[in-house]
Amino acid sequence: MLSFLGRTGRFSLEQIAAMGRVFFFLMSAIFLAFRRPAKFYLIIHHIKTIGVDSLSVVALSGFFTGMVMGFQGYYSLRKFNAESWLGSATALGLLRELGPVLSAFMVTGRTGSAMAAELGTMRATEQIDALDSMAINPIKYLVSPRIIASLLAMPLLTAIFDVIGIFGSYLVGVNLLGVSSGSFFAGMENSVVFHDVYSGFVKSISFGLIITWICCYKGFYAPPMATGVSQATTESVVLSFVLILIWDYFLTSIML
Amino acid sequence: MIQVINLCKSFRGQQVLKGVNLEFTSGKITTIVGTSGCGKTVLLRHLNALLRPDEGAVLIDGVDITKLPQKELYEMRSKFGVLFQGAALLDSMSVYDNVAFPMREKTKCTESDIKKKVEERLEQVGLGAMGGKFPAELSGGMKKRAGLARALIMDPEIVLFDEPTTGLDPVLATSIHQLIARTHATFGFTGVLVSHTIPQVFDISDYVAMLVNGTIEEVSATKTFCASQNPVVHQFLQGKTEGPIQVL
Repeated sequence: MLSFLGRTGRFSLEQIAAMGRVFFFLMSAIFLAFRRPAKFYLIIHHIKTIGVDSLSVVALSGFFTGMVMGFQGYYSLRKFNAESWLGSATALGLLRELGPVLSAFMVTGRTGSAMAAELGTMRATEQIDALDSMAINPIKYLVSPRIIASLLAMPLLTAIFDVIGIFGSYLVGVNLLGVSSGSFFAGMENSVVFHDVYSGFVKSISFGLIITWICCYKGFYAPPMATGVSQATTESVVLSFVLILIWDYFLTSIML
Repeated sequence: MIQVINLCKSFRGQQVLKGVNLEFTSGKITTIVGTSGCGKTVLLRHLNALLRPDEGAVLIDGVDITKLPQKELYEMRSKFGVLFQGAALLDSMSVYDNVAFPMREKTKCTESDIKKKVEERLEQVGLGAMGGKFPAELSGGMKKRAGLARALIMDPEIVLFDEPTTGLDPVLATSIHQLIARTHATFGFTGVLVSHTIPQVFDISDYVAMLVNGTIEEVSATKTFCASQNPVVHQFLQGKTEGPIQVL
């Protein structure tokens, strides 16, 4: 009985210590982001890798998500003779929920996994130790610019996802299923308020933080071997997905 | 002067260093030898505080590096150059940018000053024409040379070499040793070398320290070390399986 309690206590302490390390990592990265000298060239480089390089996959997924919403929305709304509300339903769904969440998933898969793998490989090949030994703080050099870049890139990607998604829904609803173009846009204009756009952007910014935080942490502290890198990559993607969904629930309940 | 005092370090309950006491003479090359897995690299990583000890101290010119806060530690680390086992070149940068990297990050030198110095260092390590290549395009020996050029770019007082010839053929290993000796003669740094390339590494070493079971078994001038009657040293130098060193 005592040994069971001892094991449980030790396990609990280890988990608390691990959580402390994760939060300390984030706090260090944010604190160092404001320390001079600023690394603007790195921020721009990471905006390209997080934003520009993810653009095609975000646009494609946004387009098909919008088209699916066009079909499903039309099918559901027709039961209530409310097909004219298709634009409104699509816009609210995309702006408030699907845009931020799905674009975050795409960025996690496309860029977050690459971040974890890159930093994990740098750990395994002593590149992170080399930075440290050259008196260059590896968190400031490798993590802080990525966090700033993701905070800037994620809302823009989400906005692109939303616009292309609405366009996809318009193509299906208006051109394929015969919904009136005027009622599609009028419904959207009447029902969408600034708060809907705002809540979507708050979500996308916080998801950007979660993705870079988790993926960088997992890569940065990956065990220095091939399996360690692959394990860190998998864990970073799975944990980011889970945290995005959990945080999405809390944000939705607060900002509804 | 680097002084290691009663250094102890454990990893997950396994004690690797059990009270190491050692002094490295300024301006000389000291080589640390010992059996595989005896903690040589762990000891080396304590010298510039890449690892923190459980107990003990590492004094650099009288200052305990293990207790320095980060800002002072980074100032202290600017005295060091490190050549890692795999060279640890940043693989997203060309050789030129790797060597220029510490100057760009840590100094306010103009790009023309950086260019002049980087080209000089690359010439010194025999990579004058390789600046545009990326680490993935280099052979093992070239990577070590580029790593050495980067380690020397800030004119360090102390250079740490972690197995600089591991994985190289004997000819390349000798050329790296000669390069270390030549750069040491030019810059006069204090060198600490971890190596398995015995006896070739003794040609460039002023002192040799042997680490056995987490403590220093013997430290002496190279000639004295090679003639040592200590049975542990003798067995190690002869490469015999029978003797006081336990072979699994």
